[in-house]
Amino acid sequence: MRGKIRIKKELCKGCGLCIETCPKGSIVISKKINEKSYFPAEFDKKQKDECTGCGLCALICPEAIIEVYREKK
Amino acid sequence: MKEMKKVIGRPKYLKEVPNHYCPGCGHSTVHRLLAEVIEELKIRDRTICIPPCGCAVLAYYYIDVDMVEAAHGRGTAVATGMKRCLPDRVVFTYQGDGDLAAIGTAELIHAANRGESITTIFINNGVYGMTGGQMAPTTMVGQRTTTTPQGRNSACDGPPLKMCEFLSSLEGAAYLARSSVHSVKQIQQTKRYIRESFQVQLNDEGFSMVEILSMCPSNWKLSAVDSCRYIENEMTQHFPLGVIKQRETEPS
Amino acid sequence: MKRNEKVLLRGSEVIGEAALRAGCRCYFGYPITPQNELPEYMSRRMAELDDRMFLQSESELAAINMVYGASASGARVMTSSSSPGVSLMQEGISYLAACEFPAVIVNIIRGGPGLGNIAPAQSDYFQATRGGGHGDYRCIVLAPAYLQEAADLTYRAFDLADEYRIPVIVIGDGMMGQMMEPVVLPPFRKDLPTKEWAITGAGKGPSRFIRSLLLDVHVEEEHNWKLYRKYQRIERKETRSESYATEDAEMIVVAYGTAARIARGAVTRLRDKGMKVGLFRPITLWPFPTKALVQGAESAKKLLVFELSMGQMVEDVKLAMNGKAPVDLYGRPGGVVVTPVELSRILSRRYNAMQHEAQT
Repeated sequence: MRGKIRIKKELCKGCGLCIETCPKGSIVISKKINEKSYFPAEFDKKQKDECTGCGLCALICPEAIIEVYREKK
Repeated sequence: MKEMKKVIGRPKYLKEVPNHYCPGCGHSTVHRLLAEVIEELKIRDRTICIPPCGCAVLAYYYIDVDMVEAAHGRGTAVATGMKRCLPDRVVFTYQGDGDLAAIGTAELIHAANRGESITTIFINNGVYGMTGGQMAPTTMVGQRTTTTPQGRNSACDGPPLKMCEFLSSLEGAAYLARSSVHSVKQIQQTKRYIRESFQVQLNDEGFSMVEILSMCPSNWKLSAVDSCRYIENEMTQHFPLGVIKQRETEPS
Repeated sequence: MKRNEKVLLRGSEVIGEAALRAGCRCYFGYPITPQNELPEYMSRRMAELDDRMFLQSESELAAINMVYGASASGARVMTSSSSPGVSLMQEGISYLAACEFPAVIVNIIRGGPGLGNIAPAQSDYFQATRGGGHGDYRCIVLAPAYLQEAADLTYRAFDLADEYRIPVIVIGDGMMGQMMEPVVLPPFRKDLPTKEWAITGAGKGPSRFIRSLLLDVHVEEEHNWKLYRKYQRIERKETRSESYATEDAEMIVVAYGTAARIARGAVTRLRDKGMKVGLFRPITLWPFPTKALVQGAESAKKLLVFELSMGQMVEDVKLAMNGKAPVDLYGRPGGVVVTPVELSRILSRRYNAMQHEAQT
């Protein structure tokens, strides 16, 4: 895995934009609701090696709740 | 496993609190971009924002700069009063379609005409959000809203206003640009325009405005993803994106 | 100009000059007769002084909002208009009161309602003292009758506005705006109060905001009580009035502003004829000088309110007297200005009728 994301699920509203935007399709809607009763987005753990840390999910996220990490060169 | 470094995180001046905006709302995105630009330009300590009456009325809970609430539409007049008294501060209004293009248009035109050194961030989502989805001056012809159930009819309500073009004849308007927040590419463009408009203020060149086509999934009755498609396919046809006016600065 | 030197100035210029000497830094306004001389004076005079800002706004609506912004930033600020323009300002005044932003608003009243005319009137008493805009709030309302008083009260208005964080309305009319009287102008204020609450950019500290949107009803309620307690303090400390020949008066005329000038002339004529008539002149219309009125009217058999309107202050007089003596009205609306001689004839008829009633 060259990249990793962390989604602050309690602030996520499940809008789905990150899911639509991820070029690898690695983000999915969680089956568990958060405290605000949204179904938040979460990274599909089965695809963890796919993440390149491109950051498109964080850039499209209206709530600014996705942190993106990349391998240091 | 190699060491990871954080490349994208939440901007410092976007308060870490839940906000009341709907899922997929463009306000959230623009708040983030403003927080980033304010940090990058290092102007947080002298920035004053004047939020609107509209969905963003509570912006003071979210963006970490000083704010003064204004009556509906009066933001540009309030900003005029503030900036004239505090010329070294960065004063910007944040307004929606009702605030800017309906009730506040006279104040907007005259502030722009006078070349007030203020910046206006104009959120164009083609509808009156907070009050439940009525027609806005920027509602598209044929668009259904709660007060145009058959779709906007230009014979009755006139066509939608293109505010950047509207202001472009005014000499005092130094920078007018239109972008959107429906795609990553446009979000980056919006951020550039916001930075340029603040720079126009910092250089004391005159009035600057960035009009931002923005999603309103709740009142458009579309999903967040479909709302983005609506902007891409429909709104940009009527509201062209780009820098509408950029006054040449005189060589010093 | 030497200190204590008398100058002969027009009313609108007196108000403008007094404001500038009080430290008024910004003026925003829109032309409307009969007060155009005031913005014109400000535009000339502010250019002669340091660090003053004159801006002709595009409407009264814009003007009051520019006042709001300038006040929020901590500046001493003024606007002026006449009745129809002040109607447009009511929303802004409500916001100023809610946010506790100080400001001075001059209303040179003209005949109304609607477009009306440009003659002197007193038909905005309700508008000034009853809020005028929406919500529970008050403004301090000052009603000079002489140009020296106009200078002193305008000067004081800025201190009152800052001290209590409240809009202050100075009432005049077209006659007062045009007349010329010798006036000793107040000195230029040197040390203005600092305003810790002003919004000027967060600096190194936390961000702040001022707003009047209070969605939680209990918070809104408490805010209203806070304003109310402030208004009570103002009522205790800031009422002003003047009495003339009221000590043994059996009929007391109650009038303010230009009407009081006329009434004083009429009362003097009647006193010369031996009639026991007096004049009570409120100077603050809000807070209304209830206590002074009731005390001053102890010997009176009747109060006669004289207003250049259909009768607005008469209601406050009735409320204040609370049945202690009958309260009558002689009102002339529309911009008609009665002369002291005409008024003395009317007062004399009322006085004689009152004496006749007492005997039968």
